[in-house]
Amino acid sequence: MTQTTRTDRLHALLSAAFAPAQVVVQDDSARHAGHAGAAPGGETHYSVRVVSPAFAGLSRVARSRAAHEAVAAEFATGLHALALTLRTPDEAA
Amino acid sequence: MSDPVHATIQAEIDANPVVLFMKGTPVFPQCGFSARVVQILSHLQVPFKGVNVLEDPEIRDGIKSFSNWPTIPQLYVQGEFIGGCDIVMEMFQAGELAGLLEEKGVPHTAA
Repeated sequence: MTQTTRTDRLHALLSAAFAPAQVVVQDDSARHAGHAGAAPGGETHYSVRVVSPAFAGLSRVARSRAAHEAVAAEFATGLHALALTLRTPDEAA
Repeated sequence: MSDPVHATIQAEIDANPVVLFMKGTPVFPQCGFSARVVQILSHLQVPFKGVNVLEDPEIRDGIKSFSNWPTIPQLYVQGEFIGGCDIVMEMFQAGELAGLLEEKGVPHTAA
């Protein structure tokens, strides 16, 4: 397996799922070091912003569930916190 | 519901108009995301029941499958799943949270 960071994988998974106009992934793990859920290697706490037409007509909960589903593999391997900002292009404008 | 933990969770939600599944207690939250939701509910003077998932590993796991939501905190109002920290904060900032509480007959102060 090639060495990828969780940041890279989140970016790739979200890009594949939502054909987004914008994806920003930020690793916040260092700010949570030592706190419950934080791991010595980091890669536990992230914030993402996704702008995609795919969110049109979806409730806040439905948008988040779609994002959670897209990155389920990361939750299964130690992702602990994911702050989500999910917007349609209109809302982001 | 076959899962006994789900039955326990459902009972909490049925017994309390506003329930926050959180890390720590409303007085002493042990996670920044939980703390933020407590702060918003307190600001709106909403009476709520805090369920500390750190005290019960079964609820900590069970609430994730119960809600189909992988993270904590999780807010329920009159039995309805509202969301986690991001959604509660967005709704509060948009003035929608007070509207929701109003609609559901939960006492609160104006935003």
